[in-house]
Amino acid sequence: MIMDFHAPSTIDELSSLLSNSSEKKHLLAGGTDLLVQMQSQIIEPSTVIDIKNISEMMEIKDDVDGFYVGAAVSGMTIIEHQAFSDTWPGVIDGVKLIGSIQIKGRASMGGNLCNASPAADSTPAMIASDAKAIILGSKGKRDMLVEDFILGPGKNILKSDEVLVGIKFPKKRNNSSGAYLRFTPRTEMDIAVAGVGVNISLGDKFQIEHAKVSIGAVAEKALVAEAAAKVLIGKKVDEEVIEKFVSEVRNLARPIDDKRGTVEFRKQVIGVLAKRALNIALERISHG
Amino acid sequence: MARKHVVTTINGDECDFLCESNETLLSVIRNQLRLTGTKEGCSTGDCGACSVILDGRLVCSCLTLAVEAEGKVIDTIEGMSEDGNLHILQRKFIEHAALQCGICTPGFLIAAKALLERNPNPTETEVRYWLAGNLCRCTGYHKIVEAVMDAATELRG
Repeated sequence: MIMDFHAPSTIDELSSLLSNSSEKKHLLAGGTDLLVQMQSQIIEPSTVIDIKNISEMMEIKDDVDGFYVGAAVSGMTIIEHQAFSDTWPGVIDGVKLIGSIQIKGRASMGGNLCNASPAADSTPAMIASDAKAIILGSKGKRDMLVEDFILGPGKNILKSDEVLVGIKFPKKRNNSSGAYLRFTPRTEMDIAVAGVGVNISLGDKFQIEHAKVSIGAVAEKALVAEAAAKVLIGKKVDEEVIEKFVSEVRNLARPIDDKRGTVEFRKQVIGVLAKRALNIALERISHG
Repeated sequence: MARKHVVTTINGDECDFLCESNETLLSVIRNQLRLTGTKEGCSTGDCGACSVILDGRLVCSCLTLAVEAEGKVIDTIEGMSEDGNLHILQRKFIEHAALQCGICTPGFLIAAKALLERNPNPTETEVRYWLAGNLCRCTGYHKIVEAVMDAATELRG
């Protein structure tokens, strides 16, 4: 089959390409998911649209109201962006774990999100950071929290005329930091068996003022662990608090048995990871 | 539909080619341009045998469309030696016997070059993590890591 290929250089051009027929179009950012599916003939796209010539898709901006990361910015570009890395170390933890250096040379956070794998490494970290997906469609722009963008395995909220333009991070809270940890049998080139993103801020008496926690690979999509975060708020972290926190995280996990892990193991390990991620975030705050 | 005309720069030379829009960069590099130093391993981005440098970024050419090369700068293993002299990394791979069958070697060399350009003084751990996307079924990696560390030392002078 002959594939139609477009590489628009503006958002307007892209919008008109997306709205001019109801035929399914595949968007190409890093291509590390799309090309694998094409090579293994899971999909045979009739139209592929490369979004990497569009400046809004490719820029990292440090605005007064927080960072904006274009949907097609490569993982390596994000990792090498010093100011973003300093501000969102938890997100960087997640991005660093996406595939090899070669994969990160092309793969984007936007693609990781749109691909909607329950085990996507950057997603729990983005959720914990209160990141928003910026969506553009024929009816204009809308945005939503990352947790609401993913519907289930391989499914996101985008309509056929819509595209993820970028990810918007809020202004960083004072005295805050984050972390993402996952479990994999191998340390590199593997897919999360369980993953936890944490973002917390401390008040002047070292009590936790804000907390948001997201767990990945233990449900059909990354979940917000609200009950677990509630355990932390207003408290100084001690063993009793951590124990309650870990048990809430485990309660919220609803994993499946598969070749990468059992329900029992995933529920166990998600608690351990949550505790460790919390400690890393606390340590990062104390190191300024 | 007509094939796509792509103008790009490979190993410092401007070059153009015609390709199908769903053809990979790897396919064009090997089958049309006859630069067969870049190897095809898995075709799914897991093995790194097809590694090239695209606009300064280490990437898998099997997961890149050839049409995406338009206006880009590509470096392959064929451009690594200078004036007929092997690159230090190539020399060190031979000295340390860091290859056996050789299929993974061009990918390792390209990846190692990309590392040393960013980080001239990597630790062994950094070398191992950076090269995690390149698979070798012969050497057991140790000699490859030694060769890269030794090349880094020599490059630093």
